Formats: sequence, C-alpha cells, structure tokens
Amino acid sequence: MKTWILTHRFTLARRVVQLSILGLYMAANAYGFMLLSGNLSSSLVMGTIPLADPFAVLQMFAAGVLVGMDVLLGALIILLFYMVVGGRAFCSWVCPMNLVTDAANWTRKFFLLDRAVERKIWLSRNVRYWVLGLSIILSLTMGVAAFEMLSPIGMLHRGLIFGMGMGGAALLCIFLFDLFAVKHGWCGHICPLGGFYSLVGRLSLVRVKHDHTVCTSCMKCKEVCPEKHVLGIVSKSSGAIVSGECTNCGRCVEVCESHALFFGVRNYINTNVGEKE
Amino acid sequence: MSNHATQQITARRKFLTLMAQSVGFSALGGMVWSGYIAEAKAAPLILRPPGAVAEVDFLRLCIKCGQCVEACPYDTLNLAKPGDNKPLGTPFFNPREVPCYMCTDIPCVPVCPTGALDEHAVSRVVEGKKELDITKARMGLAVVDVESCIAFWGIQCDACYRACPIMDSAISLEYRRNERTGKHAYLVPIVNSTMCTGCGLCERACVTEKAAIHVLPLEVAKGAIGGHYIKGWDASDEKRLETQSSDVTTRTKRSEKSAQDYLNADEEVFK
Repeated sequence: MKTWILTHRFTLARRVVQLSILGLYMAANAYGFMLLSGNLSSSLVMGTIPLADPFAVLQMFAAGVLVGMDVLLGALIILLFYMVVGGRAFCSWVCPMNLVTDAANWTRKFFLLDRAVERKIWLSRNVRYWVLGLSIILSLTMGVAAFEMLSPIGMLHRGLIFGMGMGGAALLCIFLFDLFAVKHGWCGHICPLGGFYSLVGRLSLVRVKHDHTVCTSCMKCKEVCPEKHVLGIVSKSSGAIVSGECTNCGRCVEVCESHALFFGVRNYINTNVGEKE
Repeated sequence: MSNHATQQITARRKFLTLMAQSVGFSALGGMVWSGYIAEAKAAPLILRPPGAVAEVDFLRLCIKCGQCVEACPYDTLNLAKPGDNKPLGTPFFNPREVPCYMCTDIPCVPVCPTGALDEHAVSRVVEGKKELDITKARMGLAVVDVESCIAFWGIQCDACYRACPIMDSAISLEYRRNERTGKHAYLVPIVNSTMCTGCGLCERACVTEKAAIHVLPLEVAKGAIGGHYIKGWDASDEKRLETQSSDVTTRTKRSEKSAQDYLNADEEVFK
C-alpha cells in the first residue's frame, strides 16, 4: 500500500487538484460558495480576481470581438501561470477530460488491449496543431468561437456544474475512441487546447528533469508516459524534458525507481549541454 | 521522360506531400465542422437573459462561463446542454418553466465578463447617475394566440394581465361588447410591443393547456415599418422627416426613357 501511494503520489495529487477545482465550481453554482465561480472558460476567484481561458479568448478575437478588460486580464493571468508551470500542466492537473481519457487508458491497460490489437491505427500527434489552426480559421470565417461550439471539455465541465444533457454521449464516444481506436487519442493527438498549451509551455520554468548517470534504462517511464516521444533523452543524456507536449503529470517521476527523473526548474542557459547542471 | 522508379524522394518532396495531405484532411474536417457550426448558430427561437446584445454578436461575445446562470436567484437561466438544440453552452430561459422575475438589481447582467450582456441596454440616466432599469430589457415579445385565449371566448381570465410586472403598460385589458350574449363584455389582453420586456411571467401564468400567450424572440415576433411611413399626427414621429434623405428613386433599365419621352416618341406619326 505504501509503495503504491509512493508510485502514485503525483497521480493522487492530480486527482485531488482536478476534483477540488471541479468541486469549487460546483459549490459556487449549487450553494453560492463563491471561492471559485464560473467555469474553466471564465471565472472569478473570491468574486474579484478574473481568470479566463486564453484559447477561448483567442478564438473570440478571431471571431471579431474585443472582449472586456476583465477577460483579457484573466486570460493573461492564466497564460503567464502556465508559461511558468508548463502549459500542459493544465491538461494533467486541471482539465476534467483527463479523468475520462485516463480511465480509458486504464481500461485499455487492464484488458491488455495494446498487445491484443494487431493492426494499430496510426494518427499523427501533430493533428492537434492542425485542429488548432482550423479552429482559429473557422472562428474567423464563421464569426463565432469555433472550438467552443463543440468542445467536449466544455461539455463535460459545464455538464458537471450546470447539467449534462446529452453530453454524456459525446464523452462516451471519446472514451471508446481512446479505449479501442487510438491510445491517448483525444488528449495526445487531437485536442487543440492541448496543442495550444503545448505552444504556451515551450519555454516553461517547471520541467521534469533527467539524470542519465543514475538511469538504469528500465524504460518504465516510457511505459507510463502519455506523450512518450518527449522522453527522448532518457538514458542518453541529462537535462530537462524540453518538449512543450510534456504535460508535467509526474507519472514518469513517480515510477522511476532510481530517481533519475525529478521535477525541477529549467536551466535556460545550458539546457542540453553538459552531463549535469 | 524521367524514370519515376529511380527518381529520388527528396526531403522537400516529403515535406510538400505531408503539407498537402494535412491540408486535404483539414479541408474535409473544416467543411464538416463549419457545417455543424452553421447549423448550431441557426437557432433563432431562443430567449436570452436581459441586456443581451443582438444574437449574432451575442454568439461572438458569450464565453459560456455561466456567471449569469449562477447569479440568477430564481434559477431562470440555463446553459444550453447538448441535446437542447441550442448553441452549446449559451444561457437561455424557458418562460413556461421559469420566467424572468425582473429583479430590479438585475444580478445576471453586471457579472457578465465579456459584455455579451450589456449593462447600458438595461440602464437609464437619472439625475446624471446611471441606474439599472429592468423595464428597459427586451428579451422577447409576448404574443397572444387569440383562438386559444379564453378571454377572447368571453370567459373572464386576466391571468396574464395580473401576472405582468408592468401591468397596464405592457399588457392592458381592452373591453369589448360581447355580441353573442348581448349583455357581457370581453376583457381581452392586448400586448404593447414597445413596453413588453419578454420576461414571460404571462406565459407562465396562462391557464390554457399550452400557453395562449407566449414569448417569442424579438427578431421573430416583430415587424419593421421602414422609412416610408411616418405618422403625420405624431410630432415626434414627424421629426424623422428631418433625418430622412430625399425621396427614394428606383432606377431600372426602363428609367432611361421618361414617361413623356415614351409618349412622344412616335410624334412624327401624327404630323
């Protein structure tokens, strides 16, 4: 039990963060407990500090509106925050969709689907950037924030706070897609919000770091990583995991038995040079 | 002719092919996606919260945060869920279920972070100070179906009239003689479209199985007179003449020949 907690310490912390954020939003709507009101699109902390989804604001900008100062400020706060803690920290620590796709992945592992499926469907991980570009172009041409019109993240998130409706069907589709069609299909390949935060987090301060001198090359980290291509340097060289696509979920850190992976602050000057900083 | 089998596949060719492939997929995806958006946007039968800007701009501005929904003390407002067949995540209300109770402090409007709900649209200036005024809201317009309204049968009802928060202004009762009985009066509800806020309290109160008075969005319920008709007996309407440009002349191919030219074209015939 103790070792299980140790090897899932970041996963547990992430669940706590994800569920508390959801819980606070729900409490604001249901009981008027206004510590965090609104939802992930735009919210208020204690009724004063604005927060807003920078990707939604970008789409609205493309759709031809200049939003108010509050929303701009809110989007800026969020943008700066994720520029520091790693853009896709949103994906693994905040986004409620992560619960769905992680559940799909857990089920996938449980039924050994990765080994059972012979012909794998290949999907480029760059699809998300094309979807990102497309959502900006369509916002421009259709005059409405394009991704927000069908975002399953919004469906799930609003659904939990304000009522689900038929949103469950869309979420089931994504669950089944991730489970049977493409591993990490939605979060790791398609989601344009993930693509957006990948770009935001390219130069982020908080990163997973690797020390290849103590690495035993067991490759457990690559087994659990939802974006395993970011772990290219493992067992080869030391330094930070620099790809913006790393979600800072900490799965690799918690499974590493030799402490070769750890959270740290990025050294901007010698990122890829030298054995150790 | 170059031999295709031996031709080198260069990095440039690979790159261009990849880009073309991606553009192809994007075009297909974009077509389906924009088709979906066009369908989702075309839902004119929706009632928005007070102070909402015109629907086209509303869809642009609304960030779907639900602050207005949370602010509403009567749980009037809902965010459109998948399956509601309304633009996803935008606020609306269904007056037959829960109407807008027209709070004088209008809690739903000032919380809007993007200006999709415009405070100016529901305020007036009193002694140099801006003050919220819910009666300026135009969420929709109540329309009476006279065939299913029992007041038009001669039965005394006035449920909508009494439910109206601006009684005798937005809905008034008109007395008419009931020729059928010869000794009773019809008390029929008449909606004044310049005063009605579209709150839907009348629709909620209506006693018929399906409401005989129901709120429709303004763009559906209202007509438009156009610039040609001016009330000569109304001094304020007369003023529109001052801003009106000169007479509108329609020009077609036929306009080149004036009526006079046309009549006198064959002048020589009669000489």
